[in-house]
Amino acid sequence: MIRPGDGSGQPVTPSDDGGRPTGEAATAVIAVHDAAVVLGGHRVWHGVDVRVSAGEFVAVLGPNGVGKSTLLKAILGLQRLASGRISVLGAAPGRTRSSVGYLPQRRSFDSSVRMRGVDVIRLGIDGSRWGLPLPGRVARQRRQRIDELVELVDAGRYAHRLVGELSGGEQQRILIAQALAHRPRILLLDEPLDSLDLPNQAAIAGLVSRISRSQEVAVVMVAHDVNPILRYLDRVVYLGPGGSVVGPPDRVLSSDSLSALYGTPVEVLRTSDGRMVVVGQPDSPVPHDHQQGGD
Amino acid sequence: MDDVHFSVNLVADVVQMWSQPFMVNAFRAGTIVAVLSALIGWFVVLRRQTFVGHTLSAVGFPGAAGATWLGFGALSGYFAFCLAAAVVIALLGGRGSGRHSDESALVGTIQGFLLACGFLFVALYKGFLNGTNALLFGSFLGITSRQVVVLAVLAVVVLALLAAGGRPLLFASTDAESARVAGVPTRALDLGFLLVLGATVAAVSSITGALLVFALLVLPAATAHRLTARPARSLALSVLFGLVAVWTALTATYYSPYPLGFWLTSIAFAGFVVAAGGRALRERRRRGFRRFAW
Repeated sequence: MIRPGDGSGQPVTPSDDGGRPTGEAATAVIAVHDAAVVLGGHRVWHGVDVRVSAGEFVAVLGPNGVGKSTLLKAILGLQRLASGRISVLGAAPGRTRSSVGYLPQRRSFDSSVRMRGVDVIRLGIDGSRWGLPLPGRVARQRRQRIDELVELVDAGRYAHRLVGELSGGEQQRILIAQALAHRPRILLLDEPLDSLDLPNQAAIAGLVSRISRSQEVAVVMVAHDVNPILRYLDRVVYLGPGGSVVGPPDRVLSSDSLSALYGTPVEVLRTSDGRMVVVGQPDSPVPHDHQQGGD
Repeated sequence: MDDVHFSVNLVADVVQMWSQPFMVNAFRAGTIVAVLSALIGWFVVLRRQTFVGHTLSAVGFPGAAGATWLGFGALSGYFAFCLAAAVVIALLGGRGSGRHSDESALVGTIQGFLLACGFLFVALYKGFLNGTNALLFGSFLGITSRQVVVLAVLAVVVLALLAAGGRPLLFASTDAESARVAGVPTRALDLGFLLVLGATVAAVSSITGALLVFALLVLPAATAHRLTARPARSLALSVLFGLVAVWTALTATYYSPYPLGFWLTSIAFAGFVVAAGGRALRERRRRGFRRFAW
């Protein structure tokens, strides 16, 4: 399971240790095989093997600067691999853009942005189309789709207000609706819980999980703190300095597995309410109660 | 213009004004300029590129002065310098951000140097001293039919481009990263928009002068942005304000001893103050109401 550094002799099991029967190439919507990325001569991560199936919720965890966002960008086809392979819906990354919804790591909209929530959602539907939007059947379908999306993320109360005036959690729901505009089969979220308060973190985590199940969307979420999403996760990709670990949360987020990954004793503690705390890791921890400004 | 007097009969006033061919041309050119700058300006304000707009209008002056000195005519000078400056700014800024904060000091430095060049060109071209005024503050009342045709052609091209690329440009301007992932060519749009902006500024400068183009570019658009958040409605309002400002200013100039630049800027500015004040009042009332409801 663990692949610390280069060929340490550990057996390599690329995937299928999620709780459900996956494993066949046909069912994996994302397949990352032995992938590595080099940025500016520096090897960011390597030996990453993960498969994600429809309706699964997978978290990408790891210390700051380990390249969590880069993994999402590689899946999007925005970051070239130094070695290895990624296939998205059976094709090369970037080939199936309309089937992939993406929420970039975000600075929120500031109050000077003069757009309503529904305008932001609409950009996801036809913002990349050329030509003038004409009234008629297409316009009616678009309005209907906007209403559906507003309903899906439960934003009816504020979708018509200026997006810059909304709270962080409300903006995040609007942006998730935008990312879902084309009924994507894959949703990639880069730290969507960052800079939200705890109740909003829990609410957004629940929303993403619900969408993942009900719309059969494969979700890959980069997270700084695993606790708000822990109970929804099917699998965890933990990127570390020595390699990566992939597997169900209990197995990956254990003292043994993280100690092997960091190459130094690390302890994972569970609080009485089920929250996880990692103690003793060299860099910033996975689960972590206060916010740190992005990376 | 000593024998013209404004009367209460507006129709008679307009008929009298339009009996002068130079005023007809001024209204034609003014209308085109108002529509163009209001639409492009709306995106300039949205993209927070007003400093870029200002730079492009400022470099028009040395361009026009240099071209006049060399005998090419001011219009070609406006186009050459504005388009060249647009490319330079695109190369400096770039990175698909649409913002140019890092480069603003450098751009400002170059802008200052080019202004100095403009005054040198004016000095080299002797007997041009009256022309400096026209280059900086415009020559609305001496527009030829040929200038109107040039403006009309440019306007058709720019409007077609905006109609084709308006939505991706809106997406790229408000949320560059999501737009890029959705397949919008944000870098190409950044450059394309700067070129269209450069061409618009050049064309408008030849009518309004290098200093006033900025007012026409930013004021109607900023006013519209204050009033509504709906993109289509806001664009339409921006055009409306531009037209009202230009038409009113031309009429006021015809019937008063004061220059067009003063009228145009003052009217547009008054509109902005009213809109901003109205919005502040509305927000205060709404907040007061909320506090009450709380």
